[in-house]
Amino acid sequence: MLETIKRIFLLDLLQGLWVTFKMQRTSNITTEQYPKELPKIGERYRGAPRLNINPDNGETLCIGCDLCAKACPENLIVVGTHRNKETRRLDLTYFTYDLSRCMFCGLCEDACPVDALELTQDFEMASYTREGLIWDRQMLEEGPRPTKYTR
Amino acid sequence: MVLNMGPQHPSTHGVLRLVLKLDGERVKAVECVIGYLHRGVEKIGENRTYIQFAPYVDRMDYISAVSNGLGYCLAVEGLIGVEAPPRAQIVRVIFAELNRIASHLLWLGTSALDLGAMTALFYCLREREEVLKIFENYCGARLTTHAFRIGGLQYELHDTFEAETRAFSEMFKKRLDEYDQLLTNNPIWIERLKGVGVLTADECKSWGVSGPMIRAAGLAWDLRKAQPYSGYDQFDFDIPTRQGADSYDRYLVRIDEMRQSLRIIDQAIEKIPTGAIMAKVPKVLKPAPGEVYVSIEAPKGELGYYIVSDGSLHPYRLRVRPPSFINLASLEKMAVGALVADVVAIIGTIDIVLGEVDR
Repeated sequence: MLETIKRIFLLDLLQGLWVTFKMQRTSNITTEQYPKELPKIGERYRGAPRLNINPDNGETLCIGCDLCAKACPENLIVVGTHRNKETRRLDLTYFTYDLSRCMFCGLCEDACPVDALELTQDFEMASYTREGLIWDRQMLEEGPRPTKYTR
Repeated sequence: MVLNMGPQHPSTHGVLRLVLKLDGERVKAVECVIGYLHRGVEKIGENRTYIQFAPYVDRMDYISAVSNGLGYCLAVEGLIGVEAPPRAQIVRVIFAELNRIASHLLWLGTSALDLGAMTALFYCLREREEVLKIFENYCGARLTTHAFRIGGLQYELHDTFEAETRAFSEMFKKRLDEYDQLLTNNPIWIERLKGVGVLTADECKSWGVSGPMIRAAGLAWDLRKAQPYSGYDQFDFDIPTRQGADSYDRYLVRIDEMRQSLRIIDQAIEKIPTGAIMAKVPKVLKPAPGEVYVSIEAPKGELGYYIVSDGSLHPYRLRVRPPSFINLASLEKMAVGALVADVVAIIGTIDIVLGEVDR
């Protein structure tokens, strides 16, 4: 009897459709609208590296201690320094970071004693060439500049 | 007829190649051809310092990177004679259990997809996303987390961690019942899995199989209970077992395991102690000559690390005992005599990750 009523009024079908329509609720939608909307990324996300600049005087924070290069498992950081005779400090001459081999483990960031090297929330790092993934000091300080494409 | 299944076959979950000798639809012999994803991780380990090698272990079983990291950290901690502080231990347990859920969810989704149940994949990936978000907020990466360091943790828990984890645990309990409704009594699902790929308890033992597979054969063997590590003995949980030893029981065991993981998470989050998260570990690790073998219960089975130190900066030998590689060896035993379609189901329920099989 119950089965017949169920069949006449298509109760199973309605139950199934109810699930379908429940999924249409905006709170149940999990699709991200990248690149129209940038996704919300964790604060500690380990993305593109950045060499921080002292905001007060515009000079680099890096002291050229080479600890990040030593910590890196892939040996992809090369730090070039030059001993300044007047201040007796190491001046940074060049700094290259090979992103094509980087696995974003964050060990360089942990090793940095002055928080100069940092892995940021930027994740748009694609390049058309392999050479484009080897970032020099300028690129590291200014960050990646992905081209904005419009229709 | 000789049939090549893979290395590009979608249901071999990566780059596993199976050479099947067939008589009609029946499998007469199976040969696994592995090594397509071989990267020489063990050799890399001999050329890196102990701290530097930690990110590489995440890339073996990339579905459960946290468990891999936990095993490696425990092994090196055993080598240098350091123990992580209590706070770090409890946090490690929470993350390892979250990872177990994420790993089982991906397994459930993909193996259901192999057998033609597509909805399960969407549901499972949706829930897995929540776990990955917690990982991302905590340590900054979703898959290859590098969450733990030798001697404790690098990162303090983020502010929203407790709320996120509680919300996940609350939500996930209901969702697990949903999976139950979707699959457990589904006639197609039962038909495809019941009685397929039987591996009895004795056979499991002689093939060295571990993890959910041996528990589905009725043996309550779980390293979290058998030799507790990282403070697992403080928690109250059961080892789910089944008697059938077939693919369907492996599915049930994994579903139950997710429930038990939630139980552990709920208990652990109540009693995260305050205090240091990092033990005193020298910046340059130079363990005394010696060797250590530490094994943990990874989502897929017993994951062991054997490290030999010769007193230098690098390990002299680093050997990994991966669960999937050894579980995969039993495929031959299960698949001979089965149908070709059953081979898909059997591979699915072994739960292999080729990154770990090949290393």
